[in-house]
Amino acid sequence: MSDQAHVRTERDLAPGEEEQHSVGARILGYVVGLVLALLLTATSFFIAGTDLVWQPSIPVALIVLAIAQMGVHLVFFLHITTGPDNTNNVLALAFGLLVVFLVVGGTVWIMAHLNANMPPMDQIMPMRR
Amino acid sequence: MSMTATAGRAHADPHHIGLVIEHPGPAPKRIVTAYGFWVFLLSDIVMFSCFFAAYAVLVGQTAGGPKGSEIFDQRNVAIETVCLLLSSFTCGMASIAADVRNRFWFYLGMAVTCGLGVVFLAIEFREFADLVSRGYGPSRSAFLTAFFSLVGCHGLHVSAGVLWLLTMMAQVFAKGFRADVLRRMMCFALFWHALDIVWVGVFSVVYLLGSGV
Repeated sequence: MSDQAHVRTERDLAPGEEEQHSVGARILGYVVGLVLALLLTATSFFIAGTDLVWQPSIPVALIVLAIAQMGVHLVFFLHITTGPDNTNNVLALAFGLLVVFLVVGGTVWIMAHLNANMPPMDQIMPMRR
Repeated sequence: MSMTATAGRAHADPHHIGLVIEHPGPAPKRIVTAYGFWVFLLSDIVMFSCFFAAYAVLVGQTAGGPKGSEIFDQRNVAIETVCLLLSSFTCGMASIAADVRNRFWFYLGMAVTCGLGVVFLAIEFREFADLVSRGYGPSRSAFLTAFFSLVGCHGLHVSAGVLWLLTMMAQVFAKGFRADVLRRMMCFALFWHALDIVWVGVFSVVYLLGSGV
């Protein structure tokens, strides 16, 4: 039976839990996250109030910066990684994001079309009489 | 020789692939607890996404009332954002302190987190009271209804978080760093960081994008 390899399955990591690091390394992770998040926040506020960039690009830039900052928070504060011990946490997050995009994207899409294709309210009300 | 030995191994290696996986049994309680709380947080974020969707649809429906650019104060929002961001950092410091069982740094980190959370709530409450006193309450227009429900819902979450934070400090004071207290502390840290992620969406979509409408 000596040809049978023994594979020990590793424990998963709980959400928010880090792999074994020293205290200094863990604090450094939070400091890096804080600096990145502050930089992204400052950029967002700067972009929103400036005339330096092409105006129609501002909403897209703000959304991209917000998503980037959420990513920074997930990686450095919530310690979501792509490691095999994090698969369950990432899958739950992916499903949550799917529902969020369905709700927000679907609502904005449908309501914009309704808004464009229906007459204003003051024209609807006489029709109902 | 191999027959009896294989019979004994059959359970561990049912398909005879030559790999014996030693099943570790159910996951430890801290993983189960934190994972359950993670799923709750994601459902909470799904709930917030409904408020975000409502805000995105109603942001232009001001019914003759004020537009976003007329009532939002960027400086206040920037202070609120920095408060929450720093509190997320100090909350992380407190959870490291809890892991290494250091009471002093735990109390310090939690106290700073609490202070920053209270400053955030005070600024937000002052903003709401100011709007209502000028006649721009949630009943003024569909835009203001969506604004007050989204930002107010986040504010209620922060208030609940501050109460939870004080409870955690009291529990560590009374019971020490027991396993169950550490599990609750872990869930609290998840909750606080998730609130900060929702706030990133709020200040980007409501205040910065909303000012452009």
